[in-house]
Amino acid sequence: MKIKAQIGMVLNLDKCIGCHTCSVTCKNTWTNRPGAEYMWFNNVETKPGVGYPKRWEDESHYHGGWELNSKGKLQLKAGNKLNKIALGKIFYQPDMPELDDYYEPWTYDYQTLFGPEKKHQPVARAKSQITGDYMDLKGGPNWDDDLAGSTNTFDQDPNMQKIETDIKANFEQAFMMYLPRLCEHCLNAPCVASCPSGAMYKRDEDGIVLVDQERCRGWRFCMTGCPYKKVYFNWRTNKAEKCTFCYPRIEEGMPTVCAETCVGRIRYIGAILYDADRVAEAAEEPDDTKLYESQLSLFLDPNDPEVIKQARKDGVNDEMIKAAQNSPIYRMAVKEKIAFPLHPEYRTMPMVWYIPPLSPIMNYFEGRDSINDPEMIFPGIDEMRIPVDYLASLLSGGNKEVIKAALYKLAMMRLYMRARTSGKDFDVSKLGRVNLNERTATSLYRLLAIAKYEDRFVIPQNHKEQVEDGYAEQGELGYDECQGCSLAPQHSSMFKKAEEGKSTAEIYSETFYGGIWRD
Amino acid sequence: MMAHPFQFLLWTFYPYLMLGSFFFGTIIRFAFFHPTVTAKSSEILEKKTLMIGSILFHVGIIGVFFGHIAGIFIPKAWTDALGISNEMYHMFALGAGGVFGIMATVGVYVLCFRRYHNHRVFHASSIGDLVIITALTIEITLGMSSSFIAGPMNPSFNYRTSLAIWVRQLFMFHPDFRLMLNVPLLYKCHVVFGLMIFGAFPYTRLVHALALPWQYIFRRFIVYRKKPQI
Repeated sequence: MKIKAQIGMVLNLDKCIGCHTCSVTCKNTWTNRPGAEYMWFNNVETKPGVGYPKRWEDESHYHGGWELNSKGKLQLKAGNKLNKIALGKIFYQPDMPELDDYYEPWTYDYQTLFGPEKKHQPVARAKSQITGDYMDLKGGPNWDDDLAGSTNTFDQDPNMQKIETDIKANFEQAFMMYLPRLCEHCLNAPCVASCPSGAMYKRDEDGIVLVDQERCRGWRFCMTGCPYKKVYFNWRTNKAEKCTFCYPRIEEGMPTVCAETCVGRIRYIGAILYDADRVAEAAEEPDDTKLYESQLSLFLDPNDPEVIKQARKDGVNDEMIKAAQNSPIYRMAVKEKIAFPLHPEYRTMPMVWYIPPLSPIMNYFEGRDSINDPEMIFPGIDEMRIPVDYLASLLSGGNKEVIKAALYKLAMMRLYMRARTSGKDFDVSKLGRVNLNERTATSLYRLLAIAKYEDRFVIPQNHKEQVEDGYAEQGELGYDECQGCSLAPQHSSMFKKAEEGKSTAEIYSETFYGGIWRD
Repeated sequence: MMAHPFQFLLWTFYPYLMLGSFFFGTIIRFAFFHPTVTAKSSEILEKKTLMIGSILFHVGIIGVFFGHIAGIFIPKAWTDALGISNEMYHMFALGAGGVFGIMATVGVYVLCFRRYHNHRVFHASSIGDLVIITALTIEITLGMSSSFIAGPMNPSFNYRTSLAIWVRQLFMFHPDFRLMLNVPLLYKCHVVFGLMIFGAFPYTRLVHALALPWQYIFRRFIVYRKKPQI
């Protein structure tokens, strides 16, 4: 046994309103640079929908993730080492998405809006940020947001082809949900396994998957290797970039930017202990529908004295162990089993977990007096608007029972709390059926519904200051190789004023007036 | 020497200038600018023509490279000793060289066309990228026309008794420039231009040829990295 610690995330889809705040704050923090315009380390997709890049879940097309070879051993779906050399895949990646599978980044020709007076109102046309050519926009990120384009995009969702439920795309019966996506920081990360240069790695101390910008040689195998298509290629630096799980913040015990800014408080971050020696074995489970449970078997009880002893021996520090004991991730994913990994059938052992959404069905059976007759919940969930098999194809490799069990639990918790706050009678013995009792139901409610900051984010400090000179590292995040990637020129007027010897107060009064900064 | 000052410089000084630039430039690039060594892929911007161009060019150029090594570094005496006649040797050389040569030629033309013609690729290209693809196109054209035009037109010329010996002498540090005087013009251009590309090699995207990821073959799949501990 080799115990390692992993920082993971849980997203409560039940509460996601699809506002894209996470995507925008992430973009402003990390990918607001030339060459990175099309990168969305975090994006929010409407499901069912084509996704970003288009049809990323169609692994028969992109060949991402792992598969089992004829001997039942793990093998990258994009081809084993011999196959990659023999077929010259280093010269050309047949499975790599092209820019058009994402979108060609554009800006608008704002200058025309400020020209001399014309007869007709001027229009700012879209202009490519790569070539500078005018563009006729035919698509972009979230083009199918909130089911825009409905039936067309419905049919293009690879999950829709896998499920039995007869989906009616007409307005009255349509369903949708939001799926915020970021890098999964997998335990069995295929991008790391694909990287020929050894530039991609998992951090030993917290399992965050990073691209070493100094060692990346741009062979692009990570892009095909990642089934979630969350490794991007910077066309300007010719290197791969991906979600960093905001490691500089995590090191300080702060949540990622996406989690910090989430207005719905849907994101939870915490630590979890797992047995690194058994990862490959667990990923070799032959049955797709059992992969979820196989992944759960990797996680270790942080309160078990034996586990604590071994963890200390394997170099996990006490702060991390304490965080694992209070971890919201361990509680929701392992103990309560209400959170699920995204597409476990890719055999990547992803570490971003999702609580399936419940809301759309509540009205359906609440209208039938379900408070007085909780028996109604279970058939109700089986007939909910977002079909259980759709959720199962997203979150459990097709295992419907585990998804149902989670939904029953969430629904029962709601009914219990509803009855309690409205002073109605509730037979608490019913909680036992979903493995809850009054105490755990209340605390689960606090965790999910109240979601206090300190309950959501239990992140140990990394104590980087003990090994590195923080001042020397300041402002360096590995992207400094990119010449001309700085945004400073766009905000240069203030720098210029400072160079001209103006005082801070003068610059302030000149640039900040009328309540806004004027650059 | 005095009778041909230009030829002397061209065939003794110039090659060392270029090879020196190749050798020391590569060391400097890898030692001090290692992060800048990448494959400089533009596949994200355009895929379809890249497939044809890149595969043909790379497979072709690797074949051509080893063809050059074999042609230059295997002395005529060795093949004679094995009883391989001059005709047989040249049939084989032109046959194998022709196949790989045509692959490299078609590949480089496709790549060159793509680089200038595709807007996205063109705009994402540095000056160095544009120069080097043009240079490679010219160099491969010169090489092919040396073998298939200048060779047959000068039946008395055998590169194995002149040019190849000169190249081997280069590596033994006593080149005799007179060996190059009677070489057909196309061959000369091919050599001069080729040396120029070698000289430019470390400062362009071509360095990726020396950054092959051999370690991947023997590596375990998941890489963990630990922060240095005190």
